[in-house]
Amino acid sequence: MYGQGILKGLWVTFRHFVNTYVDDIRYAGRKYLRQENFAIRQGLKAQGAFTVQYPDEKLAVPERFRFTPFLVVNDPDHPEAPGDDWCTSCGICAKVCPPQCIWIVRGSDPTTGRPVPQPEAFFIDIDICMNCGFCAEFCPFDAIKMDHNYELASYDRTSHHIHDKQYLSRPLSYWKTIAPTTALEEAVARGGWEHPDVLKAMKKAGQTAVTPTWDNMFTKPEPAAKPLPPAESADEDPAKAERLRKREEALARKRAAEAGEPAQPAAAAVEASAPAPAAPTADKPKFDKQAMLEKIRQRKADKG
Amino acid sequence: MVDYPIVKTTDIKAAVDALKQKFPDAIQDDTRQGYGGIIVDKNHLVEVATALRDDFGFDYLSSATAVDYLGISDHMEMVYHAYRTAGGPALVFKAQTPRDKPEIPSLINVWPGADFQEREAWDLYGIKFPGHPNLKRILLWDGFDGHPMRKDWQEAYYEEDHKPFESRWPGGWVHRAEERNIYGKNVKYPADFDLSKLSDTSEESHYADLGLGVSVQKLADESHIKTDRLVVNMGPHHPSTHGVFRMIVTLNGETIEKLEPVMGYLHRNHEKIGERNTFLHNMPFTDRLDYLSSMGNNLGYALAVEQLLANGARYQPPTYRAECIRVLMVELTRIVNHLWAIGFLLNDLGAFFTPALYAIAEREKILDFFEATAGSRMMCNYMRFGGVFKDLPERIRGEATRVNDLVRDYDTMEFLTELINERLPRSIDELDQYLTDSEIIKSRTVGVGYLSPEMAIAYSAAGPLLRASGVPYDVRRADPYSIYPELDFDVAVRYNGDIYDRYLIRLDEMRESLRILKQILPRLERTRGEAIFAGNKQHTPRVPLGEAYGRVENPKGELGFYVVSAGDEKGPQNPWRYHVRAPSFISLTALGPMCIGHKVADVVAILGSIDIVLGETDR
Repeated sequence: MYGQGILKGLWVTFRHFVNTYVDDIRYAGRKYLRQENFAIRQGLKAQGAFTVQYPDEKLAVPERFRFTPFLVVNDPDHPEAPGDDWCTSCGICAKVCPPQCIWIVRGSDPTTGRPVPQPEAFFIDIDICMNCGFCAEFCPFDAIKMDHNYELASYDRTSHHIHDKQYLSRPLSYWKTIAPTTALEEAVARGGWEHPDVLKAMKKAGQTAVTPTWDNMFTKPEPAAKPLPPAESADEDPAKAERLRKREEALARKRAAEAGEPAQPAAAAVEASAPAPAAPTADKPKFDKQAMLEKIRQRKADKG
Repeated sequence: MVDYPIVKTTDIKAAVDALKQKFPDAIQDDTRQGYGGIIVDKNHLVEVATALRDDFGFDYLSSATAVDYLGISDHMEMVYHAYRTAGGPALVFKAQTPRDKPEIPSLINVWPGADFQEREAWDLYGIKFPGHPNLKRILLWDGFDGHPMRKDWQEAYYEEDHKPFESRWPGGWVHRAEERNIYGKNVKYPADFDLSKLSDTSEESHYADLGLGVSVQKLADESHIKTDRLVVNMGPHHPSTHGVFRMIVTLNGETIEKLEPVMGYLHRNHEKIGERNTFLHNMPFTDRLDYLSSMGNNLGYALAVEQLLANGARYQPPTYRAECIRVLMVELTRIVNHLWAIGFLLNDLGAFFTPALYAIAEREKILDFFEATAGSRMMCNYMRFGGVFKDLPERIRGEATRVNDLVRDYDTMEFLTELINERLPRSIDELDQYLTDSEIIKSRTVGVGYLSPEMAIAYSAAGPLLRASGVPYDVRRADPYSIYPELDFDVAVRYNGDIYDRYLIRLDEMRESLRILKQILPRLERTRGEAIFAGNKQHTPRVPLGEAYGRVENPKGELGFYVVSAGDEKGPQNPWRYHVRAPSFISLTALGPMCIGHKVADVVAILGSIDIVLGETDR
């Protein structure tokens, strides 16, 4: 009979329509009211329509979901180094980034000028980022991760779409919340909840890190029993201390030559570098923008 | 007559030897390190190609593409991959031409499927093809200055030849691309190009050979009805074109006399970007080609680079579990793609969105699995050289945050088992019941858009388009890769070559994919916990010198990646050449011939039955 095929098709449409409500009756509306029943509504046994009413309802995204990258930093309540960057500015993420949207300025020690394992600045241009996740995949320090926040709309793309270090930094506990399984796997691979470098220093100092488990995921790390030796410690190795001292001298001479001053005796330089290396030195000339502008203006006036 | 042996063996070497016997002066082996195939003297190219097709049975031209060897041997060459539709590996032949006056005879009379590919080579490399009847730009517009794929051409936002760029680290202060590259100043025109005359000159070329200008020519037809010949532009902005695609249709009354596809509106020079990238950088870019089946694209590219890496010492092939996961992913992708294709074919026929949404609803379930495994629903970026990104997760579960709080939680293997054994078979049957017998669909599709098997092969049509015309050619069987040899499945084939059969064959293929998936499930259970990587995962591998052509049976047809690693003796980090043999692009060669004699409304349906994605067509 002509038209039989159409009727068969219409029957399927009708069944779809009815099934949407049959499920409603079966769960007596609970599938919309209770969050626990969301998995049923979205599951493979669901019949009929199973729309998620975005933005009234928002799906929790799976752990591996990748949107834009963020930088992991220590929790604010970390006993020793709250808010410290995990990034060592090794530059691997900038190299593996396919659209090249990551810019890193490697940090350097203000006294010695040597690179320190912390980025001075870190930029990600979100307009360029293609959400591939390579930076997170190949980071050897688990310091860059993919965020789950997919609502990044803003009114002005010129001012909001370049994320700087401050914007990008999120505490480790945030990563543990959005991706607990992955965070645990990574911590087990590292051998503790801490940063790989901290774990290495602890191992060197003979301390053992807490084995990561589900239970201690959010427990606050204990303050170290004895303070960890600084990574650049030269106490136990006289040869290394000698090397370091010579280098400080050379650097001091270089700085002095640049400043146009006569070379200072070596002893003064040693004295300056002997305390904690992070201490700022007084003789480092500070950049004065006003003075610089004045100089430029002066030069122009001379020329004109 | 025939005075040399006709080679019936699948052995390519025997075919090459016989060919050398026939053309002793024209052919020599390609002896460069890591290269294969033969180099044909370009003056004898047409005769050699004809012999290959007629006497040796290489009737299917898969890929024809150009390479610029500036700085290595300073010539350009065309690389052709010819196959037998009976199966077997490729016969690769090349023709070389100097860079200053590149000219290679056209093979359009031997394989009409070379049409668009030669136009692309002219467009991007500036190689002339004497004998080509319609040699004009295809992806770029007429006002474009230069041939962008040449190694000495630099784009407006040029920074460096290769990534990673020096400016990113260790002193990388950010600056926006727009500041360096100001809008309006980033375009160059050819010397003799007048922008103010744009609408006249560039559009005229489309209508030039149609035998009419703007005026409508009245035809004194023999029939009683007087008809006017008329040119109609379908697209570029038209919902039926599945993107930004344009067809210039010459109508006689309502009957189509000629149809010319115009494309390139979404062109981004994917291949040039690919040459700037490192090998791994290209992986997420392949997602953006055919964005409905990104897993398949990933696999094709991974296979090509793995062929190259296999010549080096540090490479280990993927483990068995990795291969199982790969096949699982690409077969699910096939179902995703075909559901979409059927849904939108019905849209094109006028069944507005009810069938499409039913199909998309089923597709969502598979995408949920992709999202939990690869991290993204469509831009999967899942395959790596020598394995996959990560193993399957234990559970498909959302992690609630303050704002995104609706949680789903399923066991992965249970989810997959139920999906493959119950949900998908049921929904495919339902789609079958819903659409197959419908009289409206039959009257719109049966006998419309006929493509004969000979034409399908000649035009290098691929995938469902080829198999619906009665050619049982499937790369998974003809030139197997991954673990397909050990899997039990049939190559779906239909014989009428019309839209209806192209619809039916997609249903068949989904059922065959389910058969494969049912065999994959126990393999996944058996290999649970095994490694997914044999070697180390490297982010910037040094790839040994040579060429490779990785091809897979993607849902839309044969997807090929021609990758050349050249330049650096230690093994470069960036591909010298990265070419995509895009099935959507090449299948469009057959669109014009298929539409002749049909009505305008049928064009929409015929285009829908080819199933193109403009991301892949325009690259």
